[in-house]
Amino acid sequence: MFWMQYAFASKFMPTAATDQASQVNNLYSFLLISSFIACVILIGGMIYFAYKYKRQSLTAKSAYITHNTFLEFLWSFIPLVIFLVVFGWGWHIYHQMRQFPKDALEVHVTGKQWAWEATYKSGVRTANLVKVPIDTDVKIILASNDVIHSFYVPSFRIKQDAVPGRYTAVWFNANKLGDFHIFCTEYCGTQHSGMIGKLQVVSREEYDKWLEEEAKFSTLPIAQKGEKLFQIKACSGCHSVADASVKVGPSLFKKFGAKEELTSGDSTGVDENYLRESILNPNAKIVKGFASGVMPSFQGQLSEDELSAIIEYIKSAK
Amino acid sequence: MSASTHTASHTSGEVNYINEFKGLKSWFTSLDHKRIGLLYMISVLFFFLVGGLFALLIRLELFKPGAQYLTPDQYNQVMTYHGAIMVFMVIVPGIPAILGNFFLPLQIGAKDVAFPRLNLTSWYVFMLGAIIAICTLFLGKIDTGWTFYTPYSIKTGTAATMMVVAAFVMGMSSILTGLNFIVTVHKLRAPGMTMFRIPLFIWAIYSTAVLQILATPVLGITLLLLAMERTFGVGIFDPNLGGDPVLFQHFFWFYSHPAVYIMILPAMGVVSELIAAFSRKTIFGYTAIAFSSIGIAAVSFFVWGHHMFVSGQSEVAGIVFSFLTMLVGVPTAIKMFNWLSTLYRGNISFESPMLFALGFLFLFAIGGVTGIMLATIATDVHFHDTYFVVAHFHYVMVGGTLMALMGGLYYWFPKMFGKMYNETLARLTFVLIFIGFNVTFFPQFILGAMGMPRRYFDYIPAYQSLNSISTIGSWLIGCGFLLSLYVIVTALRSGEKASDNPWGAKTLEWQTSSPPPHTNFHVEPVVTAGPYEYK
Repeated sequence: MFWMQYAFASKFMPTAATDQASQVNNLYSFLLISSFIACVILIGGMIYFAYKYKRQSLTAKSAYITHNTFLEFLWSFIPLVIFLVVFGWGWHIYHQMRQFPKDALEVHVTGKQWAWEATYKSGVRTANLVKVPIDTDVKIILASNDVIHSFYVPSFRIKQDAVPGRYTAVWFNANKLGDFHIFCTEYCGTQHSGMIGKLQVVSREEYDKWLEEEAKFSTLPIAQKGEKLFQIKACSGCHSVADASVKVGPSLFKKFGAKEELTSGDSTGVDENYLRESILNPNAKIVKGFASGVMPSFQGQLSEDELSAIIEYIKSAK
Repeated sequence: MSASTHTASHTSGEVNYINEFKGLKSWFTSLDHKRIGLLYMISVLFFFLVGGLFALLIRLELFKPGAQYLTPDQYNQVMTYHGAIMVFMVIVPGIPAILGNFFLPLQIGAKDVAFPRLNLTSWYVFMLGAIIAICTLFLGKIDTGWTFYTPYSIKTGTAATMMVVAAFVMGMSSILTGLNFIVTVHKLRAPGMTMFRIPLFIWAIYSTAVLQILATPVLGITLLLLAMERTFGVGIFDPNLGGDPVLFQHFFWFYSHPAVYIMILPAMGVVSELIAAFSRKTIFGYTAIAFSSIGIAAVSFFVWGHHMFVSGQSEVAGIVFSFLTMLVGVPTAIKMFNWLSTLYRGNISFESPMLFALGFLFLFAIGGVTGIMLATIATDVHFHDTYFVVAHFHYVMVGGTLMALMGGLYYWFPKMFGKMYNETLARLTFVLIFIGFNVTFFPQFILGAMGMPRRYFDYIPAYQSLNSISTIGSWLIGCGFLLSLYVIVTALRSGEKASDNPWGAKTLEWQTSSPPPHTNFHVEPVVTAGPYEYK
């Protein structure tokens, strides 16, 4: 079966990072090969007949064949058998997808327009990031804040709708380290295609360390939390806070409450809403002397809590 | 002009349904099924043009990742209009309302449909719905996708209520047409035209009509509930009011899955006609094809849950729906093999209608096998709501239904208008559409397997090259359809006169003059044999 995987499925499909994903690949390869054979028979037969029985003259006689019970039985029965085989095979794998292992690591993931929020048992919360240890059963309990979203990790071949008003769940056991995409596959409005999260598979040690740090982090005073985030999200690469020196973007030292001159000629007071706008939609107002389009938007990459923390940190820089 | 100008004699070859009455009023008040068929043709082809422009816009935006020409909201609107227009205003009414209206009475040897007034009413009701739908473009637009999934469709601030009302009204028209066709098939067949002598196109239209009157009311009720929910806040689907958003999906697909067969069965009927006529051979397995139409129609009511494998429905439900969906594959496979065997030892020629029929077989084979991949529950979990699904249903709806519609229009054009089109150019339209179609949609299967979700305004860079290829293909399709328009318009203006039976086909519509007289036949036909007796 292995060669088939190389011949077909793995060529088009993203890395299979769970056992189940490899099983789905095998089934898909079987489907591809049998489909290919079916198409060769149907399309090849059509082309062959079209060529062979091409009209020589309008009056040439065609055969008069109304039916052939044996043939008709065959081409009803053989497809039926193949369909039942793939049905059973599909059922077998799907059944494993729906059998939730006991003692799985549980993570709550909530879909909202337009981000994924994960909450761990210890209270740690992340936005658009689900970090899990390798070779561990993980159960994702899904909910939605607003409309229907769908939690899809192509590399795991799993997908489950997050429906408002109820819980749904998926599970997986990742066997490869790395970062994988989480896509939203239920249309949810304006930023549907931007609702992309990261599923990060790390070693057990790294996971434990991360969780511990995050847990400590979550109990920090809000401005200190903001300071850490300022590093993690790489804000500090472009903006200085400790003094008025200019890196790539404007310094944020003693900015809160001050006035800022804009390229548009207007000026604006720096308050919470201005900072919020500048983080989520950086090109809306550009400070005089700086270029537009340099800073990426952080829309969907920060939870509300994180956003508030960063703003509190900027406020504290005086 | 009024019906009092009705003077001509029916036996004169020069008088036909087109020139017997004159003036716009005679068209808009005509009870003649042929004229109503043409009214539908003009309106549906116009909507097809609009829906097609939206399709080109979608592909243009997706040529590269990132924002190109549209904002995300505009893109979502464009994608919604493309889907809603193509489904409700083109593919569903397409073949039954244009070709069915025109040829159902002709093929069974009737003078008209059973209820001519109702038939004209259906067109007006359809146009009313269509106009409401078009009006939403200027009154708030709509961005829910053609599926109107709750609770998004309840929360979004767009003209969704109006669009839902439009779809409701057009559904009404579909029911009236279906009812009319069923009664016509049962009551108005010519002497000797037994149920097993009716052409397979009629069997297909008949099965479709049954689906139309049984399934469409469910859509009507669902959409009405949605409109009530939006207007009065009745909590049927909104979880905040104690409703269940997934219930909407059950209701919606209970209609919309049979609707898929409303879209494809008539196309299968057309293809049966084309293959028999251009192979000059009796159709292989007439009974099997006829009953597989009925079989597909019956089973199609019990497979709606395959749209909802990952919606949170139970494992048992998923498995049952997967199994039932596999069963639909069998009658579909039977049809494919029957068409193939009809070609065997035939006397095959390759005029443009036949090219479209063979193109149908080619594309429908691919659409069919990928349907099995989607029916298989474990692979569907991966493919669901990705471009794989988009590619699959375009292979079936465009590769199937639109290819058949084009083939049917070229096949019956000489009968409808008494004129011949430019055959070389018509073949060229096939080549452009066929190649363009595959260039556009085949890469989308691969994109889906790679995991690209559908209804995406933007995508990760890994998906770029295939998306660009797909966009280039869409331009070829666009050129193909523009050329078809040119072929049809020039043929109408200056086409050569067509003979009564240019293809030498055996069904009844070819036994009358081209174009037919107002009452279809100069002498009431008496039928003594089946529809494909090429002995």
